[in-house]
Amino acid sequence: MLKLKLIRRENESTMARLIVPVLSIIMAFGCGWIFLALSGYLPAVVFAKMFNGALGSPYAISETIVKAVPLMVAGLAISLAFRMKLWNIGAEGQIYMGAFAASGMALALGNGSPYVIIPIMMIAAFAAGALWGLVPGLLKAYWQVNETIITLMLNYVAIYWVDYLVFGPWKDPNSMGFPLTPIFSPAAQLPTWGDSRVHLGLLLAGIIAIVFYLVVQYTRWGYEVRVMGESSQAAKYAGMNVAKNIMLVMMVSGGIAGIAGMIEVAGITHRLQQGVSPGYGYTAIIVAWLARLNPFAIIIVAFLFGALLVGGFAVQIVGVSFSITQILQGTVLFFLLAGEIFLRYRLVLAREEAV
Amino acid sequence: MKLKKFTALILLAMLLSVFVVGCGNDAKTESEQPAEQSEAIKVGWVYIGVPGDYGWTYAHDQGRKYLEAEIPGVESIILENVPEGADAERSFEQLAQEGCSIIFGTSFGYGDAMLAVAEKYPDIKFMHATGLQTADNLSTYFGRIYQARYLSGMVAGAMTTNNQLGYVAAFPIPEVVRGINAFTLGAQSVNPDAKVKVVWTNTWFDPAKEKEAAKSLLEAGCDVIAQHQDTTEPQVAAEEAGKYCVGYNTDMHDFAPEGNLTSPIWNWGPYYVNTIQAVIDGTWASEAYWGGIDEEIVDLAPISDKVPAAIVEQVEAKKEALKSKQWDVFTGPIIAQDGTEKAAEGQVLTDTEMLSMDWFVAGVEGSL
Repeated sequence: MLKLKLIRRENESTMARLIVPVLSIIMAFGCGWIFLALSGYLPAVVFAKMFNGALGSPYAISETIVKAVPLMVAGLAISLAFRMKLWNIGAEGQIYMGAFAASGMALALGNGSPYVIIPIMMIAAFAAGALWGLVPGLLKAYWQVNETIITLMLNYVAIYWVDYLVFGPWKDPNSMGFPLTPIFSPAAQLPTWGDSRVHLGLLLAGIIAIVFYLVVQYTRWGYEVRVMGESSQAAKYAGMNVAKNIMLVMMVSGGIAGIAGMIEVAGITHRLQQGVSPGYGYTAIIVAWLARLNPFAIIIVAFLFGALLVGGFAVQIVGVSFSITQILQGTVLFFLLAGEIFLRYRLVLAREEAV
Repeated sequence: MKLKKFTALILLAMLLSVFVVGCGNDAKTESEQPAEQSEAIKVGWVYIGVPGDYGWTYAHDQGRKYLEAEIPGVESIILENVPEGADAERSFEQLAQEGCSIIFGTSFGYGDAMLAVAEKYPDIKFMHATGLQTADNLSTYFGRIYQARYLSGMVAGAMTTNNQLGYVAAFPIPEVVRGINAFTLGAQSVNPDAKVKVVWTNTWFDPAKEKEAAKSLLEAGCDVIAQHQDTTEPQVAAEEAGKYCVGYNTDMHDFAPEGNLTSPIWNWGPYYVNTIQAVIDGTWASEAYWGGIDEEIVDLAPISDKVPAAIVEQVEAKKEALKSKQWDVFTGPIIAQDGTEKAAEGQVLTDTEMLSMDWFVAGVEGSL
């Protein structure tokens, strides 16, 4: 009996790494093209709008960056945990906790020097996100509790906590009962470039990526993280403190995600409100994965992902409904992830004994 | 190794953009032709949901279609499912860049974004449904749906057999609280013993969650289900349990043919026509519009034939009273849940009091 089998590749060729994703995207757009044509749209018009809406003008590019920044930071946060094979899918909750802590500082400190207030907001956001990462880290380190489930559950806790605050104690008395905090003072808002909404968060994302790369690549701790990611048994035999590092990595990962929450409230919404993150913490998982946890690749993949999302909204202008754009976006992801499989595995036809 | 991956990704990015640019250039010529032919008035819409919700967004979309039928030459551009956070501002900006003369936003959370974009484009009119802030080129508009809710409460109060009404509610904001209070007062006007149990879902549109919420109310003994939600699921839950229900947004009768008694409904079409006509005539002015049942922006869907004629007559009489503006829902005496008197005999709550309502009337079982 003939059977198709996936065999892990020993080496991945550089050429394949280049060609496979490109082919995946071409195939995805080809598929989308046929789908759009069958649905009665002009595919060329739709794809042109998608491109123009995401990258076709300085404004479009600036908005794509705005969308990409939280994905970059959250993607970096996630990738640190993933390096150690800690499946932190709690970035969404950590973002909310970061947004909460930063907003708390902004509201408490009022006006003042931005050079004081913004760093304080950042530290608070990092601490809150780190705490949200530490809980599952602690449970994992000492009692082997599955971190995937705990991080996921804590997302809801964080989102409802923010809901509670904006519907309750932090509600702006002048908002006629609507769930919004007051607007932050200018000192608690991140500076932006020119007329655009591109804010300091972009620079922060870059700095985090560089620090991430240097730490993981060149420090002893970075080495330990990489070893523990490969095999925690080997790490134990080598005398590394796995439990301590699980907690530390989860804390730093959560803290970075918390920063993503801070830059979103300080850079974009300028107040705490519901839905501060429309799922950035989840989208960032795909970003981190497609970037293969490489910090610089995350920056680029997040930008492309931002383009895909922003372009997806833009195509509605030519009359394509939201569900169709989601199908187009889904197609691109499907082909990219499918392509990944063929990069990592070989498809072979194997002869097997019939049962 | 790491660097190779990195280079590969950059190259991938470049190739991707070349590919998309390639498509882009072909398409340009095709897409720009029709736009130049007509001098149509472009109207932009930013929807919080999708028109297929058969709820809030559907009602707005019906209004838009009515507008297109009434005023030829209206070309509408729709952005659906736009979240209230960072995406909102870009959406309004894009519609402004597309050359819309007037842009409607249909969710409260668009306020900051609309204010920011309105400031950048002083020649474009912005219309914010359920909004709070106005500016020279930014109006707010809403309807007194609480009037229709009162009438639907009368129907529900008359049809309950155990005086337990259930209410699936979205968020504890004044708009929803006002609706619950109006519904309760309506029910009590025909049935002084009627009680309204409230369950919060913390969502506007989540079919599964809203159905579960309705089920929990049914299990708690409620025999009429009302809703302030954008899906039809609470109706379906009541229908499946063989109980009565009151819809919202649009006539939801078809989703619960046996159980649905009526629905407080939105009728945005005529308002949209008037607004666009004012823009065309150059008479548009910024305002904070809050129209009542007399202006037909809100209404009550046809009442089920299961409701006794005597009740229907009472409802019609109240509707006439509302239309003539002789009487309004929040006319005293109004006693709050905690026993305090919110309006004395004959006193009527002001618009500001109604718009910032954060208390329940007596007879509501639930907390804020």
